[in-house]
Amino acid sequence: MRYLPLTDTDRQTMLGQIGVGSVDDLFVDVPASAQREGTVDLPRHLGEMQVERQLSAMAAKNMTASSVPFFCGAGAYKHHVPATVDHIIQRSEFLTSYTPYQPEITQGTLQYLFEFQTQVSELTGMPVANASMYDGSTATAEAVLMAHRVTRKSRAVLSARLHPHYTAVVENLSEMGGFAVAQNPVGDASQVSEAEDLLALMDDDTSCVVIQNPDFFGNVSDFSALAAAVQEKGCLLIAVVPEIVSLGLLKRPGDMGADIVTGEGQSIGNGLNFGGPYVGLFAAKQKHIRQMPGRLCGETVDADGQRGFVLTLSTREQHIRRDKATSNICTNSGLCSLAFTAHMTLLGGKGLRHLAQLNHAHAVQLSQSLSAIEGVELLTPAFFNEFSLRVPKSAASVVEALAEKGVLGGVPVSRLSPEAGLEDVLVVAATEANTQEDIAAYAAALKEVLA
Amino acid sequence: MSKKYTKDHEWVQLDGDVATVGITDYAQSQLGDVVFVEVPEAGRQVGQGDDAAVVESVKAASEVYAPLSGEIVEGNGALEDNPAMVNEDADNQGWFFKLKLADTSELDGLMDEAAYADFVKELD
Amino acid sequence: MSEKQTFSGNRGLQLEEPLIFEIGSYQNCGVDLDEVPDVASRLGDCAAAGNVDLPGLSEPEAMRHFVRLSQKNHAIDAGLYPLGSCTMKHNPRLNEKMARLPGFSDIHPLQPQATVQGALELMDDLAHWLKTLTGLPAVALSPKAGAHGELCGMMAIRAAIEAKGELATRNRVLVPESAHGTNPATAALLGFKVDGIPANAEGRVDLAAFKEKLGDDVAAIMLTNPNTCGLFERDIIEIADALHDVGGYFYCDGANFNAIVGRVRPGDLGVDAMHINLHKTFSTPHGGGGPGSGPTVLSDRLAAFAPLPFVVSGDDGFSLVETMVDARLGADENPFGRMVAFHGQMGMYVRALSYMMSHGADGLRQVAEDAVLNANYILASLRDVMTAPFDNGPKAPCMHEALFDDSFLKDTGLDTLDFAKAMIDEGYHPMTMYFPLVVHGAMLIEPTETESKASLDLFIATMRDLVKGAKEGDMARFKNAPELAPRRRLDETQAARNPILRWQEREPEAQAAE
Repeated sequence: MRYLPLTDTDRQTMLGQIGVGSVDDLFVDVPASAQREGTVDLPRHLGEMQVERQLSAMAAKNMTASSVPFFCGAGAYKHHVPATVDHIIQRSEFLTSYTPYQPEITQGTLQYLFEFQTQVSELTGMPVANASMYDGSTATAEAVLMAHRVTRKSRAVLSARLHPHYTAVVENLSEMGGFAVAQNPVGDASQVSEAEDLLALMDDDTSCVVIQNPDFFGNVSDFSALAAAVQEKGCLLIAVVPEIVSLGLLKRPGDMGADIVTGEGQSIGNGLNFGGPYVGLFAAKQKHIRQMPGRLCGETVDADGQRGFVLTLSTREQHIRRDKATSNICTNSGLCSLAFTAHMTLLGGKGLRHLAQLNHAHAVQLSQSLSAIEGVELLTPAFFNEFSLRVPKSAASVVEALAEKGVLGGVPVSRLSPEAGLEDVLVVAATEANTQEDIAAYAAALKEVLA
Repeated sequence: MSKKYTKDHEWVQLDGDVATVGITDYAQSQLGDVVFVEVPEAGRQVGQGDDAAVVESVKAASEVYAPLSGEIVEGNGALEDNPAMVNEDADNQGWFFKLKLADTSELDGLMDEAAYADFVKELD
Repeated sequence: MSEKQTFSGNRGLQLEEPLIFEIGSYQNCGVDLDEVPDVASRLGDCAAAGNVDLPGLSEPEAMRHFVRLSQKNHAIDAGLYPLGSCTMKHNPRLNEKMARLPGFSDIHPLQPQATVQGALELMDDLAHWLKTLTGLPAVALSPKAGAHGELCGMMAIRAAIEAKGELATRNRVLVPESAHGTNPATAALLGFKVDGIPANAEGRVDLAAFKEKLGDDVAAIMLTNPNTCGLFERDIIEIADALHDVGGYFYCDGANFNAIVGRVRPGDLGVDAMHINLHKTFSTPHGGGGPGSGPTVLSDRLAAFAPLPFVVSGDDGFSLVETMVDARLGADENPFGRMVAFHGQMGMYVRALSYMMSHGADGLRQVAEDAVLNANYILASLRDVMTAPFDNGPKAPCMHEALFDDSFLKDTGLDTLDFAKAMIDEGYHPMTMYFPLVVHGAMLIEPTETESKASLDLFIATMRDLVKGAKEGDMARFKNAPELAPRRRLDETQAARNPILRWQEREPEAQAAE
């Protein structure tokens, strides 16, 4: 078998050296009732060609985003990833290396992590960022736990406009950990200030308020006043950024007063991949660094006085604190954070702003095209690259009809929140990857579907 | 009164009814370079054996327990800026906190210097 | 060895590389973007006033930067990486090719399910392979890493206990002292009290001590098998039975599944929940620290509580159960909630399935056998010069990893760390150090099945030479090590006492002083 270097001769020689007759002798400790003759009931090995054939056939059954006019968002966005990025992450020394616990021979990984942390810090306007987490949703749940530790309280208040999956993840981790969660009930998808409702939901046991900007429906707004009001009550403001490219054009959450910023970094460097692997972003204030979950890379010097980098403040982590750790997390999102760093390096600040402007412009054009159709109402007055539409029938049926016409037209809210009473609301995204033809095709198809 | 010691490698120096608490030189040598210390705030009530402070080195983190019950009078803020003091002078300037005792009879359960020295010898 | 000084600071192919912030600029950009159409802004009050202060690089400069960084890393592709419990096996490139098929990589998680039937089929296939290999009836695919899978398994157990109304009383979790740190961290996170179980003289769970700790308040045990000392827990079925008798659940940490995959099914050992590390046993790349993937298999007692989402197959094809509303439609479905947005690590599922299909049932059995053979070969070849605390000769084999301690270094003035750093100069990534905690100065060596005999022989010979050097008092070889790596030993104390976690523009005077 092509991945197994040992030959039968090798095996015999080695068994002799060990002093046993057969490999079965090495499994003596396995209870007799669990020893199995033969193999499990699965197919036998296949050559590369057969594996390719079978998996390609499976892949061919899926409608790819690049093959049709594509407008889905809701927390995962289609952007163009430069060829250089995919090449870099496939270099052996990045792809097949391990966590940099031996820093002398993993300076490559450590240096890009330091660059990544700097980029995330600068993008979010927060002093410290960690070396990434699994994804935006788990990063947000971890941020809530961190707020509980920092304030020594145990209740979180959530915006109604948080991504429903993120809400579910926060609720699950909180409930399992014995913490309380209160969410502002989802009322309307249109922009009505939530600030008063959120402040009213806070009590003496509240540690934090969690908001999302741009929110799940696409609304963008300056939340500085809310942040200040939350902090006046001794609580932390956690701001979630689901579309990191938005920070090329929008005010930074750190500048608007956030205490902790979490986000999804998938939009930079990483493809859609049907939901994973993605890359969670996590940034906080300097005074809270010892309560931060996840890995941190820091600068130092070596025995010759040369600058180098190491993982640091590890004593927060599970392998040392064990049951007193800040989190049970072990891995970061390694290769995905490298992809982010590489793509962000190619873009630079100026390129990111340009990219963001393209995204916004295409979204504005799309919103104008679609809201011109009879029966279609734009619900989002201010947005970045994603907005919500009210359509005259079930948004889910509209999306299915559009798909049959070869247009992937967005995500119906009912798919994520079936009980929200928003069956007629559709969340639509546009990025730099959309052409004018795509926009025209969507408008034409939607018109037909609604006729 | 001379110092008393606990099995968790804390030392206690009593002055009236206020005890100064630190970790022993043996403890600091086991920990390695101390990088961070968190001391308790004044006013906090602690029971004997409760977590009172945290000391972290690069490779390990340890709780420092309250060797006796009482109320924290002062935490050694200087350690928060200069954690290395724990390594340099664990027995003296590296003290962690001062504690107003609730029950002086608890002192009877602690080891004296000779007993602690024997205890450490057993560990190695 | 040449001590030649160079002007540039580079040394032949060992090239120094600054940070992007020191070489790039705001004006540089390695991406060509279309002109922005002229439309009125709709950013409301949220438009940024300033620019994003980050440098860019042209494509040639960016490529050079990252290629130079990569050259400072050791990697499996370059050499043996004997990290115990990490299973650093070869990462097949076929997996990378399959994961990049547009039909898998260029699809959105929330597209209509009718447009992604091939993706759902793949998830269903992977689930089938995992269930069959482990002998357990259900699997939660969504956890994003091993530790996340642990959390999933323990959450399922907690949900089952709560469903029986026993959560208030059944709150103690037994964890061996040798366990990986994530185990107690996970239990504590969920509000359980952690109760340590000691090891016996043979490096396994002390059965008598374990039984003494049993009671109606025991929620679960968290066992690794083979354990973190590289040994198979002989009493595992007795442990499982005793635990089940008091109503507890058996969580198995599947980090060491590589020792038994295709040969032994955890379901036959009484396991109720086990996470599987696709990035260990099933070859998905470690990527310098991630991304991982930790699907968790579940027994009959826990299957109903599997979290959202999961794939079901029916007459109409495959569908995803994604919300509690969807779940209520199915009988016996009582998901404890959702652990992550979307559906899990699809990119790693494709890679893992490609690997499984390549090996097949026969190949996977061979994987376990060769992994165990390789580890025993190393143990047999080093036991006379190094000290293996639980070694008892060929009648008492280890599994896929061999555990040594630092007794053999006694009186040399050297410790495990010194020994490991000297290995670096010999071209090896050190083995896992100081884990498990139950032995002093632990050295845990896992070669995996993808090492050739020649590779193992050179490793063994090198280790024997290092031991010889240590015993002969060649202190410099160890205390000064590493001398030949891109960096010497790094000051971790300074990094922790004075954390610098991002680049900052420095004052010109400070730069001149450097």
